[in-house]
Amino acid sequence: MRHLLSISDLSKDEAVLILDTAIEMARASDGPMKKLPTLRGRTIVNLFAEDSTRTRISFEAAAKRLSADVINFGAKGSSLSKGESLKDTALTLQAMGADAVIIRHGASGAPVRLADSAWMSGSVINAGDGTHEHPSQALLDAFTIRKHCTKGGGDLAGLRIGIVGDVLHSRVARSNVLLLALLGAHVTLIAPPTLLPFGVESWPVDISYDFDSVLPTLDAVMMLRVQQERMSDLFFPNAREYSRYFGLNRDRMLMMKQNSIVMHPGPMNRGLEITADVADSARSVIVEQVSNGVSVRMAILYLLLAGAPSEIGANT
Amino acid sequence: MRYPQIHSGRGKVRLASFNDPSCEAGKENYMSAALSAQEISRALTRISHEILEKNGGSSNLTLLGIPTRGAHLASRIATIINSIDLCDVPVGTLDITLHRDDLRMRPPRALMPTLIPQAGIDGRDVILIDDVLFSGRTIRAALDALGEIGRPKSVQLAILVDRGHRELPIRADFVGKNIPTARTQNVKVNLSETDGGDEVLVSEGESK
Repeated sequence: MRHLLSISDLSKDEAVLILDTAIEMARASDGPMKKLPTLRGRTIVNLFAEDSTRTRISFEAAAKRLSADVINFGAKGSSLSKGESLKDTALTLQAMGADAVIIRHGASGAPVRLADSAWMSGSVINAGDGTHEHPSQALLDAFTIRKHCTKGGGDLAGLRIGIVGDVLHSRVARSNVLLLALLGAHVTLIAPPTLLPFGVESWPVDISYDFDSVLPTLDAVMMLRVQQERMSDLFFPNAREYSRYFGLNRDRMLMMKQNSIVMHPGPMNRGLEITADVADSARSVIVEQVSNGVSVRMAILYLLLAGAPSEIGANT
Repeated sequence: MRYPQIHSGRGKVRLASFNDPSCEAGKENYMSAALSAQEISRALTRISHEILEKNGGSSNLTLLGIPTRGAHLASRIATIINSIDLCDVPVGTLDITLHRDDLRMRPPRALMPTLIPQAGIDGRDVILIDDVLFSGRTIRAALDALGEIGRPKSVQLAILVDRGHRELPIRADFVGKNIPTARTQNVKVNLSETDGGDEVLVSEGESK
């Protein structure tokens, strides 16, 4: 594995290896041994052409706990805002000797372009590109589900997971569908027809327009953010109607199976897709997802960067 | 499988082990058993007594095995010490992968669990336990890892097989058996917990 661009590059064994490695990383971070010398001397660039709180900080924390040097690089305050191309940015990073670039970009496919080109030789990690994929988020979601809904090892066979809301604009949903299906879970997408992407029939999922009928069967329910900044059309009549049919509120939460969990990749629109009392309830693992994110990203960085270049994975 | 037992030294009993389906590497043409199950058991009993003798009892001991096989040896030694001294000696595992200095030279390895006993290691006499002592680099990494966890009163090293060829100034305090080897040979410790039986094998082969 040299790049992490898409969940579709991973085999099931590789995905389980990342989750297993993350358990040991979590154990190491819990203990007194917080700082590990593993990536000492490596330079990791956080190239975030789109805004982010959790993902950027989480990757930064992960890299620093493994003793890598981290350079943060955002759209605002860099030459990206002067219109510098991705190519020139990449050539600059290569000249500075970056061993890995963690990239978030508004254009779907930007990380693949970076990895396929000869512009730079380091590893490329996709931290969210347009409406395409967000693999590290899917891995941390799978890690969280595995921790709560299984005995703690192996795959997710037999679990039923619902992904609710704005699937159309969600890279988190795309990566999660691929990964959860790869790990053997049964995924149901629950959304109004206007918020389901073209071609969703070919995905390895069930589709439902009726939240209340599916909810009691689910082991985990993943609420998606309504991405108003990407919405150029009118996808639903109004916010009140959306939250009535597809929002998770206290009444719906009472219908859920015992020990099932509520997830959200953040940032939340409290009151739209999820009410505040649900987000802060005991079922909610939303804050835990963030801390799991650091462990999973440590595992990704370790497996991509610590060893000699290996033959497996997307060596494009 | 049973191999004729030999004594230390370079005289190898040659066995056509490539015909044996239980032999994992066909290219390793010559294998010889350097320690039998019984000898391993005796060595572990002796090491347990030596640990108790040197430390004047078990009250301040903490055993840490280095996964995979060092961890199994640690729990065996703990069982023996508990039966001799009628105590419950703390035992844990210490994975040193993240502290290795050769990470860049190989594909990334899977991590193994690190489980430090509840009481921690501060002020304890820590016995590190591993199966084979070779270059000493694993033990260097383990000392680094221990330094991150706490400050033991002392660190001692127990090893089942010392095969020589140290690359660092490291020595074992308790040795099951010294087996002089050539650098190109492989030493394989099989334990019933993971490999279906107890034995130590020396094979001709390309050094890893």
